[in-house]
Amino acid sequence: MADKGWGPGTEVQRRRYLFAGPKGRVQASMVVSPRRAARRSNSAVRKITQKLAFGVLWLAGLSSIAILVTVVGYVMKEGIQVISWEFLTTAPLGGLSGEGGISTTIVTTIYLVALTIVIAAPLGIGAAVYLGEYAGEMQGRRGLLPRLVGIARFGVETLAGVPSIIFGLFGYALFVTAMQLRFSLLSAGLAGACLIMPVIIRTTEEALRAVPRSYREGSLALGATQCQTIVGVVLPAALPGIVTGIVLSVGRIFSETAVFYVTLGGSSNLPKSLLSPGRTMALHVYSLAMETRAFDKAMGTAAVLIITIILINLTINLLSRHLATSARGQ
Amino acid sequence: MRLTYIVDRGAKYVLLLTALLSLLVVFLIGIFTLREGWPAFTKIGLGELLSGSVWRPQMDRFGLWPMLAGSAMVTLGAVVLGVPLSLMAAIFMAETAPSGVRNIVRPAIELLAGIPSVVYGLFGLVVLVPMVRQIPVAGNQGFGILAASIVLAVMILPTVTNISEDAIRSVPREYKEGSLALGTTHWQTIVGVILPSARSGIIAGVILGIGRALGETMAMIMVIGNSIIPPRPLDSNPLTIVLSTARTLTGNIAVEISYATGLQEDALFATGVVLFLMIILVNSAARLLMRGKRNG
Repeated sequence: MADKGWGPGTEVQRRRYLFAGPKGRVQASMVVSPRRAARRSNSAVRKITQKLAFGVLWLAGLSSIAILVTVVGYVMKEGIQVISWEFLTTAPLGGLSGEGGISTTIVTTIYLVALTIVIAAPLGIGAAVYLGEYAGEMQGRRGLLPRLVGIARFGVETLAGVPSIIFGLFGYALFVTAMQLRFSLLSAGLAGACLIMPVIIRTTEEALRAVPRSYREGSLALGATQCQTIVGVVLPAALPGIVTGIVLSVGRIFSETAVFYVTLGGSSNLPKSLLSPGRTMALHVYSLAMETRAFDKAMGTAAVLIITIILINLTINLLSRHLATSARGQ
Repeated sequence: MRLTYIVDRGAKYVLLLTALLSLLVVFLIGIFTLREGWPAFTKIGLGELLSGSVWRPQMDRFGLWPMLAGSAMVTLGAVVLGVPLSLMAAIFMAETAPSGVRNIVRPAIELLAGIPSVVYGLFGLVVLVPMVRQIPVAGNQGFGILAASIVLAVMILPTVTNISEDAIRSVPREYKEGSLALGTTHWQTIVGVILPSARSGIIAGVILGIGRALGETMAMIMVIGNSIIPPRPLDSNPLTIVLSTARTLTGNIAVEISYATGLQEDALFATGVVLFLMIILVNSAARLLMRGKRNG
């Protein structure tokens, strides 16, 4: 930056500078160039501009809270009137009545969450451990395997951005139609597992990366094998991060609709086996709103969903705080 | 000793297997969507599929133009409505907010990201659609591009805000200090130094927001009206196009897939392929921008 504000000044100003101030002290105001003088008269304008701009920024920040309060507040206000013990514990009457509660949809949601996690967590964590702990040695090497690992990494990144309806479409083509699992818990669970696998892989990889290298070196130096090191040292240290990823996935399944809309079938009965169709809470909101037009019940179900999501977010925050303090403790 | 060695080796290969399985999933998704959609490309033809403006499965007409236009318009609407707000929120969070306020706004934005899309859809259906219906234009049903854009704008807000905030935070401290030392105000520094340095990260955030908007399904079905004709102005004022009902690519798949058979099913998978390609394009652009930033 060439100096602009601290220019040589006019001849008059220069003389004034030379003769210094009345007390012989050099005063900053005396060595001011005309350009700088003009800028200073500008400073009031600049300050006002800044005040205005910051005011607008405040407005933006507060309006994001306002949006949240409006949406959540409205749904809660309408929903809370519907929620009662009876609403939570009776089954929807089905058909086009919109009557009844949401008990079966709660149970189905829990089934589905458990199923997707059971399928996706071992695979996702395993893949992440491989990518994070073993694949490093392959960097820069040639051959089929390193290339495959590279593609896998790229694939995971790509999958994380793919819209859920594509997972639904895929699940419909592979599990519902080709594997003849029909609209069922199992189809939906498998499709849902594909959906959350990238989330689990990413968060686990990050958690592994946060484990200090010295832990591994210490363990290996004690004579432990790499496998023993991972099981005994690295995974325990990374556990809060991994759990955060799983809780995140649980939230994702709770709120997912598109995938299950095309794989789960939508029956409001309680699923009897892995191969029976079902309806999650989110799907129930959709069918109540779009098919039965029972908006009050839809709001009630949506409120239950929101409360669940808030609880999940709180859990994640607690976990990450735990993560932060344990990281500081090292 | 030998046993531990065997376990160690074995574990490595088991883990490799899980990594390859996740690769298989990616592979299968691509293959299956393409394989199922392929007949549509060959029987209907790429030109007719992409530019045909008539979607009438019962007459074997499968033009995706209405849905392409619908998706493009709601996404544009979401960007116009959502990005300025998100950007300002990001600057607020990264630069000017007192930490107390930040500790309230951040969880609020996190929660916005976590709210299920059907809840947004429900809110749009019950609150926004009747509000839009108040606009006095003949044929205005309330359902349509405007309502959908507002819902989407809120849905992309967390994505754009978070990524832009990260980009702003990762501007080196020296840039900011250098600028302030030259006598600029904080605001001048933000506009003249910080935002230009964070530009590629911010653009990446906006692009990811676009990706999110293109992929949204259920909330769109609930508020956009799902008509199969291309969006058009309701009267002589061209702006009334925002009140027109429409259908998105995602909605097209979700609404019809469960009862579609034959060529219609193929055409829906072709819709999926088109959407898939668009998203990959959008996300690669964003990733490229973010990676370039990290190296540079």
